[in-house]
Amino acid sequence: MNRMPAWADAVLVPLFSILLAALISALVILAIGEDPVEAFSLMVDGALMRSSGWGYTLYYATNFIFTGLCVAVAFHARMFNIGGEGQAMIGGLGVALACLYIPWPHWTIALIGATFSAALFGAAWAFIPAYLQAKRGSHIVITTIMFNFIASAVLNYMLVNVLRPPRAMDPATGPFPEATHLPTFQDMFATADNPLFRGSPANVTFFIAVLACIGFWFLIWRTRLGYEIRAFGHSETAAKYAGISPVRIIVVAMLISGGLAGLMALNTTMGEAERLVMNATEGAGFIGIAVALMGRSHPLGVFLAALLFGFLYQGGAELALWTSIPRELITVIQALVIMFTGALDNMVRMPLEKLFLLFGRGKRT
Amino acid sequence: MDLDTLIQIGGSTIRLSTPLLLACLAGLFSERSGVIDIGLEGKMLIAAFFSAAFAFSTGSVWIGMLAGIAASMALSGLHGLASITFRGNQLISGVALNFLASGVTVLIAQVWFGQGGRTPSLMQGGRFEPITLPFAEALRGVPVLGPIYADMISGHSFLVYVALLAVPLTWWTLYRTRFGLRLRAVGEAPEAVDTAGVSVTGLRYSSLVITGVLCGLAGAYLATGLQAGFVREMSAGRGYIALAALIFAKWRPWYALFACLLFGFLQALSLRPDVVESVVSTTIPVQVMDALPYILTVVILAGFVGKAIPPRAGGEPYVKER
Repeated sequence: MNRMPAWADAVLVPLFSILLAALISALVILAIGEDPVEAFSLMVDGALMRSSGWGYTLYYATNFIFTGLCVAVAFHARMFNIGGEGQAMIGGLGVALACLYIPWPHWTIALIGATFSAALFGAAWAFIPAYLQAKRGSHIVITTIMFNFIASAVLNYMLVNVLRPPRAMDPATGPFPEATHLPTFQDMFATADNPLFRGSPANVTFFIAVLACIGFWFLIWRTRLGYEIRAFGHSETAAKYAGISPVRIIVVAMLISGGLAGLMALNTTMGEAERLVMNATEGAGFIGIAVALMGRSHPLGVFLAALLFGFLYQGGAELALWTSIPRELITVIQALVIMFTGALDNMVRMPLEKLFLLFGRGKRT
Repeated sequence: MDLDTLIQIGGSTIRLSTPLLLACLAGLFSERSGVIDIGLEGKMLIAAFFSAAFAFSTGSVWIGMLAGIAASMALSGLHGLASITFRGNQLISGVALNFLASGVTVLIAQVWFGQGGRTPSLMQGGRFEPITLPFAEALRGVPVLGPIYADMISGHSFLVYVALLAVPLTWWTLYRTRFGLRLRAVGEAPEAVDTAGVSVTGLRYSSLVITGVLCGLAGAYLATGLQAGFVREMSAGRGYIALAALIFAKWRPWYALFACLLFGFLQALSLRPDVVESVVSTTIPVQVMDALPYILTVVILAGFVGKAIPPRAGGEPYVKER
């Protein structure tokens, strides 16, 4: 099977997949009568050439790092967690309850408390599908999909009937108290004569996301638990033979996965909106799938893929603002990335393998 | 509660069950052949858009329906390419198709019609009209059964009856034809089918064609039967409910009918909270009604109420040379 060096499999296959996705996206833009080159430069302009653009790009990237890691840790245990969206919704509930009902003295302590609460709620929401998969063999993909819908119903109920302040119209909590407001990049980096990141939502949660990436790497490749998760992912029978309990690995991996998805709510709910709204997740749970696939379940890859999707999100918003290209173009690009990196990867890999085989043979003779 | 209310709820149960049933049978063909299809939602959505768009521009609901089927089959073909030919991950391919449909429909709708991702409302001829079954008016006088026949069974559009007929047809195809036998075999033990000299790839592709057609019908019904035109995300999770119904029905056609009627009934009830309230005499939050199909499916999946055993080869790409 080792026809291709590992670096080529890790770098070239995703690279070609992205190029293919980009090519098709360019064709789509052409087909709707716009100029793809101009569209791309508009996106770069809006997302990367101004510090406020970066502020949005990093804000979105923060969400996608969390949800990407959420999907990635499940991938390592050979499970497909489509439930990141629902786990993030319930994580948002955890953040809102912590922020609204506990009188925090300072945002640093509030952030620590809310982090625990978000992770706890997200993990709790992943627990039932994990338990059912481990103990009763119910397919985790289907149960997590169902739990997304149930989560949205739970959140809807909580916002409309419980958390909505009296006489408010929209289904949302009241604003969080002042002491829980997180510093944004503008608060941290802007000076009087150099107004960086003006008005953009990127906040201190980004650093938690970076910490999560490092922690993820350490967990998966430097701890016993991480080894067990990977061993289970490679071969369940071998893992069992080595004395690793499948039930424990499935449940623990899913708890970590759900916890990471829940953390995403810190960024959207505590960092940006400063209250819990109905559609706080905005599909980021699903984008995590694309991010994890593209990042090949490695934290560095997830980080880079999250940046790319952050750029696409912010750039897509700019496109929708200045051209007639709707924001849904980003959904199409996302779908193409998932398709090429996740399902059609053999289509890219097979010709590449042939190429390497040809090249390798040429060197030998 | 009187007969009229019951008939009304019955009628809307049948209407709301129809897209679920068509999609559920679509999933049944695909999964029975060993290809897991999470992309039912996306196929329905894209079919809904193209059927509405073509019905609007040509003024003919039939051309719309064909366009919807073609679009759904295109996605089905892509799913086949990824999961059969290139032996990719079927789950991920399905997820990708759902996003593709959700993005492409709004994108094209915006470019073609410029109404914020929807099609203009369909006029006369662009929609399926209600069909009055024979003797519906004549039999109305018969007590109880007359009104049920005239108002609940009769008076739906063409595709409702197609969906109901598709159930016995699916049963017959699966259990009484050679194709059906092979289809079921390829979902359980593809190596046996291969040994018998029958093409696994061919069988799986042909079942995906059927899936495409049925999902196309489901989408066309959404946009040109149930409603008059396409709005963004109009499939609204129905593809996933159909998937749930498929598990609920343990991958069998007649059970699928009852599962879809049950889920359709729940949807119909959530439209009539007043009726629910008068029956159980407490207020049930509307969110509970919305979540009930999903909760029921999880309970079934957990194996507490009978065990749902999927086709054995589901999700596994078939590799000939081992």
